[in-house]
This record gives sequence, C-alpha cells and structure tokens, in this order.
Amino acid sequence: MTHVRRSSLNQGVGASVPRLEDDRYLRGRGLYVADRRPAGTWDMAFVRSPLAHARVLGISKPAGAEDRVFTAADLAGVLPIVANSALPGFKPSVQHALATDRVRYLGEAVAVCVAPTRAEAEDLAEQVVVAWEELPAVSDMLAGREPGAPQLHAHWGDNVFLETRVDLGDPTVRTGAAHVIRRTLRTARQHMAPIEGRGLVAEWDSRQGQLVLQTSTQMPHIVRTGLAGCLGLPEESVRVVAPDVGGGFGYKGILLPEEVVAGFLARLLGHPVRWIEDRRESLTGNANCREHHYELTAYADATGRLLALDCEATVDAGAYSIYPFSACLEAAQVASILPGPYDFAAYRCTTWSVATNKPPILPYRGVARSGVAYAMETMMDAIAGACGMAPDAVRLRNLVPPEAMPFDNITAKHFDSGDYPQALRRAVAAIDLAAVRAKQAAETGPIRTGVGLAIFCEQGAHGTSVYAGWGIPMVPGWEQAAARLTPDGGLELRVGVHSHGQGLETTLAQVAHEILGVPVERMRVGHGDTALTPYSTGTWGSRCMVVAGGAVASACTELARRIAHIGAHLLQVDPADVIVADGEVRGPHGSVAITEVARTWYLRPQDLPDDADPGGLELTAGYKAQRDSGTFSYAAHACTVAIDTDSGAIRILDYAVCEDGGVLINPMIVDGQIIGGVAQGIGTALYEEMSFDAAGQPSAATLADYCLPGATEVPVLRIDHMETPSPYTRFGQKGLGEGGAIGPPAALANAVNDALRPLGARVDRLPITAHRVMAAILAATP
Amino acid sequence: MKPAPFAWARPAGMMEATRALSETDARAMAGGQSLGPMLNLRAARPATVVSLAGLAELHGAEDAADAITLGAATTHAAIADGRTPDFAAPNPVLARIAAGIAYRAIRTRGTIGGSLCHADPAADWLVTLTALSATVLTTLRALPLDRFVIGSYHTALEPGEIVRAVRIPRPPAGARFGYHKLCRKPGEFAHAMAAVLVGDGMRISIGAVGGPPVMLSHPDQAAAALDFLDPVDRHMQIVAMRRALAEAGA
Repeated sequence: MTHVRRSSLNQGVGASVPRLEDDRYLRGRGLYVADRRPAGTWDMAFVRSPLAHARVLGISKPAGAEDRVFTAADLAGVLPIVANSALPGFKPSVQHALATDRVRYLGEAVAVCVAPTRAEAEDLAEQVVVAWEELPAVSDMLAGREPGAPQLHAHWGDNVFLETRVDLGDPTVRTGAAHVIRRTLRTARQHMAPIEGRGLVAEWDSRQGQLVLQTSTQMPHIVRTGLAGCLGLPEESVRVVAPDVGGGFGYKGILLPEEVVAGFLARLLGHPVRWIEDRRESLTGNANCREHHYELTAYADATGRLLALDCEATVDAGAYSIYPFSACLEAAQVASILPGPYDFAAYRCTTWSVATNKPPILPYRGVARSGVAYAMETMMDAIAGACGMAPDAVRLRNLVPPEAMPFDNITAKHFDSGDYPQALRRAVAAIDLAAVRAKQAAETGPIRTGVGLAIFCEQGAHGTSVYAGWGIPMVPGWEQAAARLTPDGGLELRVGVHSHGQGLETTLAQVAHEILGVPVERMRVGHGDTALTPYSTGTWGSRCMVVAGGAVASACTELARRIAHIGAHLLQVDPADVIVADGEVRGPHGSVAITEVARTWYLRPQDLPDDADPGGLELTAGYKAQRDSGTFSYAAHACTVAIDTDSGAIRILDYAVCEDGGVLINPMIVDGQIIGGVAQGIGTALYEEMSFDAAGQPSAATLADYCLPGATEVPVLRIDHMETPSPYTRFGQKGLGEGGAIGPPAALANAVNDALRPLGARVDRLPITAHRVMAAILAATP
Repeated sequence: MKPAPFAWARPAGMMEATRALSETDARAMAGGQSLGPMLNLRAARPATVVSLAGLAELHGAEDAADAITLGAATTHAAIADGRTPDFAAPNPVLARIAAGIAYRAIRTRGTIGGSLCHADPAADWLVTLTALSATVLTTLRALPLDRFVIGSYHTALEPGEIVRAVRIPRPPAGARFGYHKLCRKPGEFAHAMAAVLVGDGMRISIGAVGGPPVMLSHPDQAAAALDFLDPVDRHMQIVAMRRALAEAGA
C-alpha cells in the first residue's frame, strides 16, 4: 500500500495533538522510581570520596554493622565497568562499582550502607572510616596534558584517553589568506540537572529467577546488557524497567556503578534495595559534561570566504570511560562536526580527550555541538569583523547552498537536505537587524545593545554506519516496534526507546494513527521494560522520531495489510480493492470496522479467510532509514541583548529561532523541544558553571551555588519553521530534540561581544557572567 | 541528604525556650529556611532543634511614633504583603525589601529574626536594617544591629539568648531610603548590594562583602573601604551603591 492520509481525525502526522502523557505529569500522577517501594525495601547510602584523587589505604566498617556495610572486597564476582573504543590509540579505563585501592574523582563510591531508611543508611555511612592518602589532582585538562602532570591511570604514561588528528582538503589554500584570525575559547563544566535525579530499586524475583532493576534510565536494554556483563548473569536473568523518568538529557544514558552495586546486593540480601540520588550527590559528583578548550585559526580571503580552519580542541573527559558512550565520543564529535553548515576547502583538527580528577564526561543534549557551534560562530563573527562585513553576509558567503544538497562536507558528513541561507535570512528578518543597528548607532549611555547570530546543523538518528567506526560498546542497528490490535480494536504499541519528556507516547501514536486511523485515545505506547519491548539502544541522539517512528510505521503498515486481508474477506471483495482508513476497512460497496476485524480474529476465528496470516494482529517489525548516516536538521538563532556596561548584567531582549526539522510529526511538541533546549542553552551561555579548585573540589553542593536559568531568564521565543523533508526517512522527518540547546551559547556570546565591541572588550569564555563582562570592560578601559 | 539525628523541642513559652536553648548544642529554628538545608547537608549537627515559630511572644508588631518594632518570627511574606507597619520613605521600605528576598516559598516561612540570627553577609535584612540603625531586642538586652552581627554567620547571641524583636527607628522627616542589589538572577543572593539612608547625613551600608556590612558616611569612602575586594567586585559594589544613592536622590 502506498501512503496516503487515511484519517479524518486530525491526529496524524503534522497534527499538534495535545500530549497524552501530560495528564498524569501535570497532575502529579506520574510514577517514578522514587514512588516505588516494594515491601521489605532497604535504602542504600554510598560512602563517597571527599577527595578528588587518593589512595584508599583501608576501610573500617562500624562495629556491629559489618553485615550492612559493603566494600569492593564484598562484591564477589562483580566485574568492573569498561567502555572501550575501537578508535586507534584509545586507552581504556577500569571503573570498579566500588573503588578498590584508588579514587579518581570526588564523589566516587568506596562503600555502600543499607538500612531500613535512607536517613539511617546515611547515619551508618558517616561511621565508616576510610584511611585516605591524598594524591595530587589533575583539575585542569590543559595542565593534565603537560609532562609531569599527576597520572590517573598508572600504566598509561600520560592522561590522554585518545588523541585524534585530521588534515583534510587542500593545505595550500592557507597560503596568502588575506586574514588569519586566532581565538582561544573555553566552555565550562556543567551539570545536566534533570528535575528527577537518578534512582533505582533492585529486587530479586524468585519466581522468574530474575533480577528486576527499576531505574531512571534512557536506555533500559543497554543497561541490561552492561549490567548482566558486570554481574556475570545471563541476560535473561536480568530485567530492567524504566518507569516515568523526569528528564534525561544524557544524564541517564549510562550504566551506573550504583546499578551494579544494587543488582548485586538485591540478590545477596534477599530483599529489595533502593537508592534515590539526592541533589548533593548529583551536583558534587556529577558535573559531567560540556568542558571544552579550543585553539582556533581561521583563514579567510578579503571577501569573507572561509578558506581553511585549524583547531586544537581539548575535552575534559573526567576520570573514567563511561558505558556505553566511552570517554571519547565528545572529542570525536568535535573533530567531525566543527565545520558546521559551512563549505570550505581545508581543515585540520587535533583533539585530546584528557583524563582528569573529575566526574566522567557524559554526552549532554547537543553532544559537543553547543561547544563547536560556539567556536565556529565566534570565528564567523571574527571574519566578519576582519572583513568589515555584516554577520549575516559573512555566513551567507560560506553556507552550503540549497542547490548543493544533498552535500558531503569536508568531514564526509552527508547533509541530507535543506536551505541553510533561507533559515538564516528568516531568523535575521525576525529580529530586524537593520533596526537594531540603527538603535546601536544612537546609543551613548551605559546600556548597549548587541546582536548575535548562530546557524548550525544537527545530525540525528545516526545509525550503524556512523557508530560501527567508533567501536564503542553500543552500535544501533535495526530499530523495532511491536504492534497489537486488541480484541475490541484498541492498539498497543511497544518500543525499546524510552520517552521522558519527548512526548513519544503521543507522537508514536500519531504515526500509528496516520496508517491505521485508530484514534490515539485508543492506543497505549509501552516503553521502558526489557521484558516487554524489542531490544533498542534507547533514547539518545535525536533518533526516536526517525527510528522508532519508522519502526511503528513499519509495524502498522504490516498490521494494516493483515487487517485489510481479513476485512476484504468479511466484505466478500478482493483484498486489492480495499483500503484501511478512518479505523475501518473500505471496499467498493461497503466497509467493516477494524473493531470487527479484531473481533473476528480473536473471538470468531471460524469466520476468518483460510489464508489469513497466522501471525494474526500482533507483530514486531523493524526499520532502518534508507541511508543511516543521519538526518540533518538545522536552525538559525538570532538574538539581541542589552548589556549594562556599569554592572555587567545581560538581558535578552529578543530571541528568534528558524528551525528546519523536516516533516514535523507534532509541531507543538517540536516547539516545546526548542523552548526547553534554548532554556538549557541559555544556562550554558550565561549561568551554569561547576568550577573545580586545584585539589579537584567542586564549587557547588546546592542549587544556591550552581545557577540554573529559571522562568525569569528565558524570554518568550519566536519560533519559525521550515519543513524540508529528509529524503531518507519514513515521513521525511528529521531528529531535532537537541537543536534548541546548541544555538544559544553561540548566538548569545556573539550578541554580548557585539555589544562590547565599541568598548574594545570581548569575552571568550562560557558562561558569560556579569563578572566576566565587567572584567573585560575594566580591562579594556584605559 | 538527611539530617543527622537530633531532638526536636517545641517550647510552649519563652522561659521553656530559654531553658532548651541553654543546653549544649541546641539551635533555634524559626522558619527553617537556612537551618533546614544546613541540617540536611549535615553542615549543622545540633543535638536539639528548638522550634520558636509558634511562640506568641515572637509575633506581633508595634507602630510607635519613633520606631516600628517587628516580632522576630514575623515572616518576610507578612511584611511584603503589608500586614505589618511600614515606613514611607518615600515608598514602603520594609515591604519592598521583603518582596525581594529569595522566592515566595522562602518568604512564606523565613522570618526577619531568623535572617538576622543567621547573619548571612548577603542577607537583605542585615544590609537594610543596618542602614536604618535597627536594634535587636533579645531576652537579655537591646543590641544595635552593627554590634549584634559580629562576623560572617556570627552573632553576639549567648547560649539561651533569644531574639524577641527588631526595633527600627523611624527615619527623620525628609530622609530618603535607597536600595540596590546585583544578583545573578532574581531571587538569588546578591553579589553586590547597598542600602542607604540619606537625611542630614548619609548612612551607607554595603553588603555581600564576606562579613558584616561595610558602613560609610560618604560615597567617596567606598574605594578605600572596599579595597579588600577584587577590582571587579569592588566596581560592582560601587555601582550598586551609586544606584542606591541615586534612588535616594543623593
């Protein structure tokens, strides 16, 4: 059957269906891990290192509590977490679920205590005496690369997980460039701060002979694979359930040491154990993303054409390589995506993933892209300044033009479709650049206006061909979905990805509705349980709407074929003469409801055609995009800010986004993704920073010290959509869940520096705080 | 993030509260907006927490010709909502300060006396009431605020001594009040702040300086008085002061 719109309800692809999950979320009726406390559950509290780098000389359990306190020595048979990469030269780390003889970041667990309540477990934890020998810490990634730096992993010889080098294109274009521009940029270490932290309940199910781990994760199947490996259990002996999850962003895309410990203890103790991460654990031991350092050189001709870009990028990867994404995903991404949406002739990039005495780095929404877009867009403004061009003009000079699509860029990224210049023009028009320039020209007082632009593309739903080369523990393949029509005509879908704010319970239902016409209210989207859903690498990389949406479409298409076949028999017509639409099978002279087809299959099989598919009205089907190199959504962000040059305060006056996510399944949800992403991007740009002192101690233990943007810091966005279909996906949709978070650091940094330009000041570091603005102004003031 | 074990005392009257707070390692709690998090972080580990919020003696307000006196357990929200007496200098001074403290949920529980006893250098009341020459009335004595707060998070309170109220003298006729603070975002603690009372002379109180407010009688003294700050922080403090003065018409 070819695809045509088959429903008169406005619930299919392109409809802004209100989110089905919001009823429970907004009424406080979601069910999260912390809402679950099976009978007999004891709480766990971890004894965590107060030092960033230390030898563990000994651990003394409190007298009389030896059977409630566990150390690495008690975890018989438990294997460490090891996340290798096949990239040449990668040095693996070994992370024990509880540290053995050495701790490498503050917050690393060395022991766990169990008690009937968390408070009692914490009381016990503080009675555990650990003899430490403090070691010099690597608290700065650049210092960590220096010869003679303290070493984290003794056998390595240095602190570099991985060094990569690319040298692409025609090197001679650099010679004689009219402008050679250098910048050194730095981004801060951040904490992702989902509203719900991590948490888990582990229980041994003696009936199934299974460890049941309920955990707040984005990737239940991957956690199961990793956990079974560490515990030495066959996978059928492990079930992982992710109930409602209160935000992921990458924070929950990991196999946790705490999961390994809980899995072991649940079996050992014979009663459930649980651990609910508190905000202090979350802040002090898990500021784990985004910290980059760039040395950039751009070569441009006199007309603003970028000829070549050289980059030395250092990523602070923290103490260990995390499972499954490894320690080098971030830096590998930097090298491959820095060129952004631009076409230029030569590119050199060297990256270092440096091990430091900080929490292991995790990919956070936009993975490396918020940093590289900041770097690339800073260089674009620098070229504009050198050439005396407007910021939009210099970008238009260098963007990949629409007629070149699909386009393979200098790092062999395959841009599937789009009109980048149009997106930029629309965003610039939205903020009325000419009017802002006129306003700036008239400014003489302490308040200065600045304009910032950013344009970037976002690779989403990248599959086997991309990940196989990295050789990390996880490579996505075919994505699957299961569909079952119930006897009364409802539809149950089951997917291996997880929805934790993305609205997949709604959008996947919309995809099914598009094909079957069953009202979305009659559907349930099951996810987050390895016992019930097809294997999947889970939710990451803006992939779900493409791959899980594609899989649901595949499953529903096959289901529709079987429904049509039975329906045609009931209508006494040829199956070729019927279609499935509006929840019924329509023939030339009449129709039969899908409900009747379902009843026939389940309750009146005597009425089925002899050649009915014996698989019935329940099936699993798979999907892979026609080309799995990824969809490339893209967006232009344009903003204006007002800087108070007396106090350094920054106010966002206007913020416009023109986004092309291909065919939008649910535009309202897309807007929500953009708004939420921009809010996080504003945090990256202006507020969020976890600094570490020379001893590796983090600066914030509460949200009073770690500053997150709130309602007063996020302006009302103006969002504009383009919808250039991807040629490779089921409906032309593209992944776009991360884009909102990518653009703001670049756009806001450019806006601040545009405002500061008349004062001769510039800030080259994120976040751009009032203090940094003021320091730059004072330094530039004679 | 659960507190270490502690005993919970709810005295019925001031005598009983005084006795309870005279015991070793007893801490008073009014709204609990500072002590609560410190308990949860185990940064404070009192043997006994003595709840004062319900003591009638710590509530109420008096609007006299020469001063306003507010009970120590008066919440920021009560003041912000205009449920307590206020000065017009030229606009309601206390309500405006209270409304700018943290967030509504904190204002609903946090108290003026608790804030002064906590003595956070960046607390709005400390900076404001020092400029207004307030006096802290305890169960033992009356102490001017600048002698009550003797350091960062440090007061002159003796064991068993309880702050009953704060007495705020009515500013002289024609005096004008100004206040300005610079915060990372609304509701956060300020990184630069100043309260000024401008009448016959000037009382300039500069807060968020790591200790009790720095008091000046003329803005020209600021650069020297704040030379212990880094140049950027000093600059921001002077900006906050200038803006507070501008608001007061000075």
